[in-house]
Amino acid sequence: MHSLDLYISNSITPVDCLLLQETTTSRMKPAIALEDISKSFPGVRALSGVSLRLYPGTVTALIGENGAGKSTLVKILTGIYQPEGGVIRVDGEETHFPTALSAAHAGVTAIHQETVLFDDLSIAENIFLGHAPRNRFGLIDWKKLNGDARELLRRVGAEIDPTIRLRDLGIANKHMVAIARALSIDASVVIMDEPTAALSHKEIHELYELIDRLKADGKAILFISHKFDEIFRIADRYTVFRDGGMVGEGLIADVTQDQLVKMMVGRDVGQVFPKVDVAIGEPVLTVSGYRHPTEFEDINFELRRGEILGFYGLIGAGRSEFMQSLIGITRPSAGAVKLNGDVLVIRSPAEAIEAGIVYVPEERGRQGAIIGLPIFQNVTLPSLHRTSRSGFLKLANEFALAREYTQRLDLRAASLDQDVGTLSGGNQQKVVIAKWLATQPKVIILDEPTKGIDIGSKAAVHAFMSELAGQGLSVIMVSSEIPEIMGMADRVIVMREGRIVGRFERSELTAEKLVRAAAGIAEAA
Amino acid sequence: MAKILKNREILLVIAIAALLVAITLRFPGFVAPANLARVYNDTSILIILALGQMAVILTRCIDLSMAANLALCGMVAAMINAAFPGVPIPLVILVVVALGALLGSINGLLVWKLDIPPIVVTLGTLTIYRGTIFLLSNGAWINAHQMSDAFKALPRAPLAGLPVLSWLSVLAIAAVYLLMTRTPVGRAFFAVGGNPHAAVYTGIDVGRTRFLAYCLSGALAGLSGYLWVSRYAVAYVDIAAGFELDIIAACVIGGISIAGGIGSVPGAVLGALFLGVIKNALPVVNISPFAQLAISGTVIIIAVAVNARTEKRKGRVILKKAEAV
Repeated sequence: MHSLDLYISNSITPVDCLLLQETTTSRMKPAIALEDISKSFPGVRALSGVSLRLYPGTVTALIGENGAGKSTLVKILTGIYQPEGGVIRVDGEETHFPTALSAAHAGVTAIHQETVLFDDLSIAENIFLGHAPRNRFGLIDWKKLNGDARELLRRVGAEIDPTIRLRDLGIANKHMVAIARALSIDASVVIMDEPTAALSHKEIHELYELIDRLKADGKAILFISHKFDEIFRIADRYTVFRDGGMVGEGLIADVTQDQLVKMMVGRDVGQVFPKVDVAIGEPVLTVSGYRHPTEFEDINFELRRGEILGFYGLIGAGRSEFMQSLIGITRPSAGAVKLNGDVLVIRSPAEAIEAGIVYVPEERGRQGAIIGLPIFQNVTLPSLHRTSRSGFLKLANEFALAREYTQRLDLRAASLDQDVGTLSGGNQQKVVIAKWLATQPKVIILDEPTKGIDIGSKAAVHAFMSELAGQGLSVIMVSSEIPEIMGMADRVIVMREGRIVGRFERSELTAEKLVRAAAGIAEAA
Repeated sequence: MAKILKNREILLVIAIAALLVAITLRFPGFVAPANLARVYNDTSILIILALGQMAVILTRCIDLSMAANLALCGMVAAMINAAFPGVPIPLVILVVVALGALLGSINGLLVWKLDIPPIVVTLGTLTIYRGTIFLLSNGAWINAHQMSDAFKALPRAPLAGLPVLSWLSVLAIAAVYLLMTRTPVGRAFFAVGGNPHAAVYTGIDVGRTRFLAYCLSGALAGLSGYLWVSRYAVAYVDIAAGFELDIIAACVIGGISIAGGIGSVPGAVLGALFLGVIKNALPVVNISPFAQLAISGTVIIIAVAVNARTEKRKGRVILKKAEAV
């Protein structure tokens, strides 16, 4: 039996699995090795004792759910975060990366999901920013700069004029520039964080060819992706993260998609979720034929009274875009909405709130509380038409409304008159939720309701969600966290690339089904 | 006490009082009630304009065209009066307030519908409005003898001990205060400036709110246009040239955050009064007009620095209190 199968069948521990594999994989020396790395943030343990080895001329795929710790690891590798424990070895030598620059000097470079380049500089300047060749007067040697840039671009297979502005390039060519930049500092380790997320089919193919060339040059490549087809196409090795720990690594040739999926999600779900069974009533919201020219299409579903409907998918699957369209921030090109059987036309968020549909956005910092306004004014902002009389605000009514809902949420503040900016993050969040409840909605859409908050607060939010459903509210929960979806949702809709690709009842829900649908993997035979 | 010192408005009152004490040491007559009333009257137009600018700045915009709008409306008022002396003055005022609002709404529409940065829009309309005055008047002045007596007399007419000009500014303060603190639109000004992204989700139309702020500042500029021209009894292309900077300075001194969302009517009024006191006091204590400019500039920078500091301290202290609960 293979070591990995032993692990999956729970007969050995991950460490044993690794030890077993050591004997079977190559004895090559890693270009960079992370050993026993730990990192935590206030209230969250992001990484605990993880190890990762990247070998020259090898593509290693890093696989894991959202929140598994992949981004944190990349930031440690590139010197943006400092680990609390563990060792980084470059060519066997123990090193530290106190700054991003020191990581670059050690030959580690990252190509990010969204390219971090400068639109208004030329391509050559982008490639050599920070290490441009100088002439003997210490000024930038433009001739050499442009010549070297042209050469680098040729090496990555992109015949582009290095003197034009980056702004004028398409996304795929921008990626090529990012890769050329990575090569310009003579990197030995190249990290690619979901590099294909924004590319077309043809561009992805070109990227594969480039990666093959980088491999031939002896670079160690870390390839982060959610898409299994490309992992199996391009990677030689894999490392799987789950909940901030490493749960498996080995050769791609020795593993199947099913095994990887199991490693990614294999955990107990439902133990901490205060899901209360609520009698689900008649349909409240019916959405049919919703589409948008670029973001989503064919969205049809029904939301019932007292139901929590989960929307699962990878980041960028079009869930938030659809929700924002539903509440009137963007216009769909077609589609109909019925609320309690009546056809509803929503042209602005104000009309959505009026009708009883509210959206609690994902970025609560940017899209939530209004710093500078006192707590009570934050709470009453969307409900002013109810607290006012003949066009004038009634502060007494506002205080009463704000008091009612902040007390329900157990907000801790000295006075409702204080600036919301003086509250802690958790309490600000309560103000934002109180604001939406005070509008007395029929449907509440929560976008990533527990993203970025600690475990204790998560449980409180989940309990509250159950309570809302119990009171007859219909809840749409957009979440990228499988445990949350499995723990809280009565029904789940999975979206991928702007379309609904799966619908599951709570009873038939498994983590594997969700991951397969979201990543577009066919059902195992 | 410590809490009082952190209140922006009270800090400004103290600063103005200190300024008055210092002036009194050199020139005791300055604080005589009659003179203070004169200083207030002299600052009235600045106060009215600062109220409009405040609304615009609160929404994270700026209106550089206010003084040009004032000059254009003033010229129109003077031309109506010169051509048709029989038109009642209240009707003239109504016409220029409406014209001012219209000019303001052009700013608002450009910011709202075309999404052009406010500073660019109002810099453009500033020039256009000034140019329009030239086109209307052919560069000619309208002088005192071309205006009717009623036209010139209204701002000066005494009413319960103060000139009508002063009363109009009091009326404007009361009206804008009511608008800012007691109506949903006033609340929206704060919300849009404090966090435009969040305001969208709460159902506030950010563009429309900014449009309304520009209409308000335009209407107040139109009113000020009549007041300026009738008070100084002259209208020409360059009246109030550069005054937009005084208006913005008054707002900044009054603690209205250029980043939007923070500010108050008392702050704007006190900021304007502070500038008014300096302008009126420096000549009587024999300081040259050039030094006046430098002093005004210094005061603005000090005011902004103090505001930034009080903002920070305020945050920290209340946080401790909140934690103790």
